[in-house]
Amino acid sequence: MLRVFISRMLMAIPVLLAVATMTFFLIKLAPGGPFDAEKAVSPQVLKNLNAAYNLDASEWEQYTDYMSGILKGDFGPSFKYPGRSVTEMIGVGLPITFELAFYAILIALVIGVFSGVLAALNRNTLLDFIPMAIAMIGICVPTFLMGPLLVLIFGIQLEWLPVAGWGQLAGDKILPSVTLGFAYAAYIARLSRGGMLEVLNQDFIRTARAKGLTEPMVVIKHAMQGGLIPVVSFLGPAVAGLLAGSFVVETIFQIPGLGRFYVEAALNRDYTMILGTTIFFSAMIVFFNLLSDLAALWLNPRSRDV
Amino acid sequence: MRYLYIAFTIIIFISGCSPTVSPVDDGLEKQIFHFGNGSEPQGIDPHIVTGVPEHHILISLCEGLTSPGPRGGKSLPGAAESWDISEDGTVYTFYLQKNGKWSNGDSLTSEDFVWSWKRLLTPSLGAQYSDMLYTVKGASDFHNGLTENFNDVGIEVIDDYTFKVYLNNPTPYFLGLLSHYSTWPVHKETVLKHGAIDDRNGQWTRPGNFVCNGPFNLKSWELNSRIIVEKNPLYWDANVVKLNEIRYYPVSNVMTEDRMFRAGQLHNTYTIPSQKCPVYIEAKNKDLKIDPYMGTYFYRLNTNDPVLKDPRVRKALAYSINRKQLVEKVTKCGQLPAYSFTPPGSAGYQPDTSIPFDPELARQLLAEAGYGPGSEFPKLEILFNTNEDHRKIALAIQQMWQQNLGVDIVLVNQDWKVYLNREMIGDYQVSRAGWIGDYEDPNTFLDLLRPNRGNNKTGWENLEYDRLIEQANTVKDQSERHNLLRKAENILIDEMPIIPLYTYVRSYQLSSDVKGYYPNYLDSHHPKYIYLERD
Repeated sequence: MLRVFISRMLMAIPVLLAVATMTFFLIKLAPGGPFDAEKAVSPQVLKNLNAAYNLDASEWEQYTDYMSGILKGDFGPSFKYPGRSVTEMIGVGLPITFELAFYAILIALVIGVFSGVLAALNRNTLLDFIPMAIAMIGICVPTFLMGPLLVLIFGIQLEWLPVAGWGQLAGDKILPSVTLGFAYAAYIARLSRGGMLEVLNQDFIRTARAKGLTEPMVVIKHAMQGGLIPVVSFLGPAVAGLLAGSFVVETIFQIPGLGRFYVEAALNRDYTMILGTTIFFSAMIVFFNLLSDLAALWLNPRSRDV
Repeated sequence: MRYLYIAFTIIIFISGCSPTVSPVDDGLEKQIFHFGNGSEPQGIDPHIVTGVPEHHILISLCEGLTSPGPRGGKSLPGAAESWDISEDGTVYTFYLQKNGKWSNGDSLTSEDFVWSWKRLLTPSLGAQYSDMLYTVKGASDFHNGLTENFNDVGIEVIDDYTFKVYLNNPTPYFLGLLSHYSTWPVHKETVLKHGAIDDRNGQWTRPGNFVCNGPFNLKSWELNSRIIVEKNPLYWDANVVKLNEIRYYPVSNVMTEDRMFRAGQLHNTYTIPSQKCPVYIEAKNKDLKIDPYMGTYFYRLNTNDPVLKDPRVRKALAYSINRKQLVEKVTKCGQLPAYSFTPPGSAGYQPDTSIPFDPELARQLLAEAGYGPGSEFPKLEILFNTNEDHRKIALAIQQMWQQNLGVDIVLVNQDWKVYLNREMIGDYQVSRAGWIGDYEDPNTFLDLLRPNRGNNKTGWENLEYDRLIEQANTVKDQSERHNLLRKAENILIDEMPIIPLYTYVRSYQLSSDVKGYYPNYLDSHHPKYIYLERD
């Protein structure tokens, strides 16, 4: 496992370097610049602005400057928000996006695993069909529909929960977490049902039952360990996806997370912000994939000693 | 299912149940205004930022020499208690408030204004609104590096509370310009403590560092979440200020903002979702406000295009648009059909242009230009930035041109920055555009289409038009000046490098508990007049 870990970490370096380099040159190819605005900037002002942000240097010079900055942990200043550094903005948005992702994944796991296992244990009965039908709806209904729908019911009609914000009013974290979590709960429910069904038919489960173990013991101790491997493998990309894809939920619920910065940076041609967030999210995806692979390895006794 | 229900109920109860008092009701009691402010401000350095959300925040934090009245119109005293204007209208003497103070207790003096204007005009700062001061003698030369000596700029300090400003021409809208945030003062010591005079990234605008001279102080700033300002007891007119706090929420999603308003989380919205406007009008929503606004929605025509270089073609296109139908059936939110480029009534100016809806005449003009039967008009492209409202308008225009002129139209939507770039380099035929006045005077519109103006973008150059505007700028008598501007605008509408479509309105929602918030042309609402009271 240690060997896997080290080799994967070493592989991450060229991956991130390639991501940074490609993003750097690709954003320069996109038409329009950070200082284009409806009220056009005069050539004199544009010249001054380009000088202020080192955009008048050659592309290669800008690239080497930027890369050496990254090595020192400096992602540069934001073009759109003068006075803010990209590192600072990631620092502000990240904990919020992390928190949202954490609640969402928690909700997804609780609902997903529970209904998946329940469905597998009661195959082809109502207790299988109902949770799986709900899961199918969860997969099909996009968050941009689910979010406003929940807001309409619990925020505006019932007036139980705030409709937007994060950490400002009591209970304002519930609806966004549920919205984001529900979509993933649906996937997890299907995956855990599939995984459990496969495991429940195996010989060692029959042996466990034959030994006289109680059903909860069989399910929790023996079946779930193997049955949930697909869920664990899914969690890595899911967490990375949650972090990078929380944009929609962050927008619907007015959450100051990183997802919004990411998308808005691209629209604003905020070069340093696009680069910073892209590199950061790439690192996250690499890291969480590695983490879930390691967890899956560890859960699978056949590969544990490799 | 039962378990799901139980789990969900538990989550709700664990997390602290529902709020009992909505922020709006709570705010009413404590005089806290929950302000929907569109998007996260770029910053709050008045010399660097551009944009409306920034304006909303800055107007509470800083103050220029003059301040906008609650109902628009004449400028009221701000940091200056009064001013004299010389006979020829080119020399302004400002007398500052004797009790004018910075929020850290320092006195606000003439030198502060001199230094602040020097900063705005310093080329290396890259301020985008430095041209606001180009009416001041020598300002343009200093900003463009023709002189490095700021003493060449027409500002003369008489004493701590008096200074004179020398203008190139009598500029009747000069006092209005001084209500624009780019001309407002910044606290020299604070700025220099956190960077050089031309440092765009200085940390002086952070809570704890920020010092300014407005009715409110910066209390906290949570990025992308909210900005809180609190009443400044040192403000010279603090007795008038009734609000204790304003909380600005950068809600960029209009649907979210609408829901927040309905749920009592906001006292106002920045705008309203366009599809909801007719619904709210129909339902007689008492919170819906549709106010006049100094802005025009128009189409730019690229006069360097081989087809559009002929004014007859441009006029034919303009005459075949039914503007009334456009505002009644497409935009549907109280917009007014535009028959001039300047919105009627700006600072007493009434344009006398007309743009008929006359498909017959339009077809005739097109035939005269050589596009009659047998000679087909080439395909024409309308460029717009990706947005459902722009698309709807473009679709309507496409249909009108197809129906009335038989012209084939292609719609091209582009990402905002690509659209701006294509407009800038002239890579378009017809392009949607909008212009909002920076100050209440027709010049803010008509200046746009003078030759060599960066915002012209049509390639249209008319020397007579340019001469008339230049001449109007040297005339002190307002009615004579308006006559010259009217003449210029007639040339513009006769040549039609742009096709005015409609005059904007400001549509938004405002709680009936908000008082002292009056409609005005520039949509400038000074928070010192605003207060909250149960309706």
